[in-house]
Amino acid sequence: MKAPDFDYRRPGDLAQALALLTDGGGEAQPLAGGQSLMPMLNFRVAGPATLVDLADIAELRGVTRADGWLRIGAMTRYAELADIDDVPLIAMALPHIAHDAIRNRGTLGGSLALADPAAEMPAVMRALGAVIELAGPDGTREVAADDFFLGYYDTACAEDELIVAIRVPIAADGWRFGFHELTQRHGDYAITGVAIAAGPGADPVRIAYFGVSDRAIRADAAEDALTGTDFGANAVAAALPHLAGLEIDGDLKASEALRRRYAAICLTRATEAMR
Amino acid sequence: MNREITLTVNGETLTHSVPVRMNLVDFLRHEAGLTGSHVGCEHGVCGACTLMVDGATVRGCLMLAVQADGTHVTTIEGLSDSGRSGALAAAFTARNALQCGFCTPGMIASAVGYIEGGGTADRDAVRAHISGNYCRCTGYQSIVDAICDVIGGDTP
Repeated sequence: MKAPDFDYRRPGDLAQALALLTDGGGEAQPLAGGQSLMPMLNFRVAGPATLVDLADIAELRGVTRADGWLRIGAMTRYAELADIDDVPLIAMALPHIAHDAIRNRGTLGGSLALADPAAEMPAVMRALGAVIELAGPDGTREVAADDFFLGYYDTACAEDELIVAIRVPIAADGWRFGFHELTQRHGDYAITGVAIAAGPGADPVRIAYFGVSDRAIRADAAEDALTGTDFGANAVAAALPHLAGLEIDGDLKASEALRRRYAAICLTRATEAMR
Repeated sequence: MNREITLTVNGETLTHSVPVRMNLVDFLRHEAGLTGSHVGCEHGVCGACTLMVDGATVRGCLMLAVQADGTHVTTIEGLSDSGRSGALAAAFTARNALQCGFCTPGMIASAVGYIEGGGTADRDAVRAHISGNYCRCTGYQSIVDAICDVIGGDTP
């Protein structure tokens, strides 16, 4: 189908964009890369009164490094993230996100703001312990990725706020990462997937699943079981029973039992690269 | 609601007043008269509308025409006229890499992006790259053959 009609605005800076969202009173929709929003408009699932195109806002672009953190502008496209080599988990996840033509337009901030529970980046950000910078009419604030995703397509970002940037820790020596997802076809949303970040020695392990619940979720018990291990076959086998407490949903595509089995397969395969 | 846009399409500068809700591929087909880019699923899955904006492949159905204001757009017509897709077109013909031809403009645009981006003749990598372009006729084998032929310099 074709998108319904709307008013289209293309503000030149962040302040103008925020003013448009405030004026819109919930009927104004930010447009980032559009790779999910455009299908939703074409299906008429979304019908905003005003589209606020963020393409011309310099404050939302650029990748910088400071104090051990990488700061990624919200409008950074997936294709641009491919150049980042000091946060390996991002590069590991990228090839699984749709296809080249989508990655040339889709943005990190757009994916996090949409919060599709089966998308890769929300889980990657939870595994990395990312911090999300928001701007709104009352100024800026920061939300940890662990507190950002509230449910199906629901986040801590209010209707009159925008994601400005995402900060992730640069990987230091000894850090290990794992990523695996199971899909029906390459580039599809995951039926089940996992992203893992582990510091050296006895540092905590962070495991985030996607595609299994109403949002990306942490596997706390399995994290504790794997902390301080070598991620060898025995350690992983001992951690698998700790996935039993994960709150996993079933749907028409895959039952809860199948996803639970896939969760174990994903953990096993993702950790093979971490030994 | 309409908005005036100015963009370069296949080297020619165009200025049009377009409805803001019109997507880029509809603009190219109905306003610019370039019907080589096809419209299949209209939600970014089939790849039939794949074209290039500022040198990068994009889905023509997942971008509004107003978002292309100020950009350089290259369609299959431009790729053909400039010779960028000539070897691929010949290889697709030689390998029988099309039957109905509906997917072919998008398939070739994707393949141009892959080859010009330094893609190798690794069949798995080629398959992964064109996994976003659906063909319901060939079973893909002959398409992968044709793309690998061009990369290997083995063109008819």
